[in-house]
Amino acid sequence: MATMTYLQAISSALRDEMRTDERVFLMGEDIGVFGGAFKVTDGFIDEFGPDRVIDTPLAESAIIGCAVGAAVVGLRPVCEMQFADFISCGFDQLVNVAGKMHFRQGLAVPLVVRMPSGGGFSGGPFHSQNPEAWFMHAPGLKVVAPSTAEDAKGLLCHAIHDPNPVCYMEHKHLYRRVKGDVPDGVYETPFAARVAQPGSDLVVIAYGAMVGVALEAVGDGLDGASVEVLDLRSLVPLDEDAILDSVGRCAKVVIVDEANATCAAGAQVAALIAEKGFESLDGPVIRVSTPDVPIPFSPPLEAAILPNVERVREACRELLAY
Amino acid sequence: MSLDVAPPARAVDVDQGGHLTVDDRVWLLRAMLVMRGLEERAMSLYRQGRVPGSFYDGYGQEAVSAGAAFATAPEDRLCILHRDLAAHVIRGVAPARILAQYLGREGGITRGRDGNVHFGDRTVGCVGMVSMLPDMMLVATGMAMAFKLRGERRCAMTWFGDGSTSRGDFHEAMNWAGVQKLPVVFVLENNQYAYSTPLDKQFAVDPVERAAVYGFTGVKVDGNDVEAVFEAARVARGRAVDGGGPTLIEAVTMRMHGHAAHDDMKYVPRAQVDEWRARDPIDRQEARLAELGVDVAAVRASVTTEIDAATEEALASPMPDPASAASGVFCEGEPEILGDGVARWSGFLGEA
Repeated sequence: MATMTYLQAISSALRDEMRTDERVFLMGEDIGVFGGAFKVTDGFIDEFGPDRVIDTPLAESAIIGCAVGAAVVGLRPVCEMQFADFISCGFDQLVNVAGKMHFRQGLAVPLVVRMPSGGGFSGGPFHSQNPEAWFMHAPGLKVVAPSTAEDAKGLLCHAIHDPNPVCYMEHKHLYRRVKGDVPDGVYETPFAARVAQPGSDLVVIAYGAMVGVALEAVGDGLDGASVEVLDLRSLVPLDEDAILDSVGRCAKVVIVDEANATCAAGAQVAALIAEKGFESLDGPVIRVSTPDVPIPFSPPLEAAILPNVERVREACRELLAY
Repeated sequence: MSLDVAPPARAVDVDQGGHLTVDDRVWLLRAMLVMRGLEERAMSLYRQGRVPGSFYDGYGQEAVSAGAAFATAPEDRLCILHRDLAAHVIRGVAPARILAQYLGREGGITRGRDGNVHFGDRTVGCVGMVSMLPDMMLVATGMAMAFKLRGERRCAMTWFGDGSTSRGDFHEAMNWAGVQKLPVVFVLENNQYAYSTPLDKQFAVDPVERAAVYGFTGVKVDGNDVEAVFEAARVARGRAVDGGGPTLIEAVTMRMHGHAAHDDMKYVPRAQVDEWRARDPIDRQEARLAELGVDVAAVRASVTTEIDAATEEALASPMPDPASAASGVFCEGEPEILGDGVARWSGFLGEA
C-alpha cells in the first residue's frame, strides 16, 4: 500500500501489468521517449524498451486499428489517446471494427483505450471533452471512469484483463489533485458502482471528476439532510442494481455528469430510473451537466458551463425542498 | 490515365514450373471455379428471394484472391475483401458454410450476425471485413506488428480496392507498415470502378507508385492471371517473413458485374466489358492446363458436384433462433483465438 496520485495510480497499473504479463504493451503518440503528454508513461521506455512502449506516428486510426490486429493475434494492447478528444480520428476502428468483432465472428478483442478527458483547465473545444456517451451508444464496447486513485489502478487492471475493448476515461483534472492509498501489485476493481458516501434523504449519482464535486457539495450532510453519493465507476456495464438500490433508499435523485447534456451518461441513468425506479421517486430527477456547447477556452466562459460545487448544491437544495 | 494490364509498369514473370506443380495449378483453377460456382449459385438463390439483403460477387476477379491466398502459410493471417471468395476457399472454409452465410442461416460463418461476404472464419486464421474500406489494412498491419514483436516468421495479408486508396486508413497503414518494416502484404485489387466511380476520379497517381514513397516495394501484376498473382504474392510473402518489410501488389483486373445485384452498370462502356471478358482468368488457366493435358472438364464437373451438395446442406441449415439475437455482443470468459488455415501450395510441404 502506498499513497499516490490518480496519475501515479494509472502508471502503477500499467507498470505492474507489464511486469506480470508480457503480452501487455503500450501504443501512443509521444509516450516513449517523452513519457506521454501527461507523463503517465514516464520512464517506461527505459524499463520495457521501445518494442513494448511504442511511439506511434500521429495517426489515431492506425493506433486503434493496429491494436485490434495485435489483440486478435494474442497481445494485450493499451492505447493512449493523447487527449480523449482525438478518439474522433480513431472512432471508426473502435466502433465498427473492435466493437462489432465478437458479435459478428466470435473473436475477442482484448484492448484498452486510455482517454484523458474532461475540462476545467482552459483546454478549449478540442482538449476538454467527455466523449464517453459516444461509446456507451456503440454495442460491444465497455466504458469505465474512475474517480479515486485506488479505482484508477483497479479499473485499469480489470480493463487490461477484460477480453473486450474497454474505453478507460481518465479525467485530466484529477491527475494530480486526487491522492489516495493504492494497493501494491495487480488487483481488479469490479466494473460496478460503489457508494462513496452513504445517505438516506437524497442520492447524487456521478462518475469521474464529478464524484469529488458531489462529495464536496454535500459534505457530511446538506442543511441537516443525509445525502448519499453513488460513484458509478462503470458506464458500460451500467450497475442498474446499485442505482435502483440507492434510488429505493433515498427517493430523491440528482445526477451529475460533466459531459454535454443530451444523451449523456446521466441521461441514460435518468431514463433507467424513469423506467424501473419510478415507484420509488419522491420528486423529479434533476440533472446537472454541461449544456450542449463546445467547451470554451476563456476561464470565465468555461466556469460558466461546467458543473461545479455550487450548482450541485443548489440542485440538491431544490430537490430536498420539493 | 491508362491502367491497362499490358504492358504492366513492373511486370512479374510467371514462373512456369519452378514454384508450381501441376497439382498446384489445378488447385488454383479449382479455387477459382469454386468461387465462381458458389457466387453463381448464391446469385440464383438471391433471385429466388432466398438470400436476404443485397448480393455482391467477384465475377472475373477470381485470380486475385486465389493467387494471393495460395501463397499464404497456415500460420499467416488474412483480412479478405468482398470480391475475394477464393481466399476463403483456399484457407479451408467449407462451401456449405459459405452458402449458409449468404442465406443468413445458423450454419453460416457469422451465424446470421452479418451478411453475404462480410465474414472471416477465425478457425482458419481470417478476420472478417467491415464495410468501411480499407479498415482492415490497419488490422492486418497490427497483426504484422505483433508477429514482428514476437519474432515470428509469418505474415499478414489483406485485400482492398482502388476506391480504398483514397481513404486515410490506406495512408496510415502504408505509412506505419513502412516505418516499422512490418511483415504485411497489401493486395490492391484494382477493378477499375469503386461502385460507379472510375479510376480517373479516384486518384491522380497510380497507387502502385506510392509504395516507394512509403519506403517499400510496389509491384503491378496482371490480376487476371492467377499464376502471376501467386508469383507476386509468393515473392512478397518471402520478403515479409525474411524481414524485408511490406509489399504493395497492385493486381489489375475488372469488376465484370455491378457493385451489387441491383446495379446494372450502365456507367461502364460496353467495349470495356467485352475487352476484359476476353481475358477471363478461369478461361486462361483452363487453357494453360489443357495444354498440359489436364482434364479440365473433369475438374469442372467435380466442382459442380461439390457445389450441389453444399447447396443442399446450406438450405438444410436452420435460420438462427430469434431469441439469440442479442447474444454474443461481449466475450465472456476466455478469448477465442485465431486458428491456422490450410496450406495448399506444395511449396509449404517441406517446411513443416
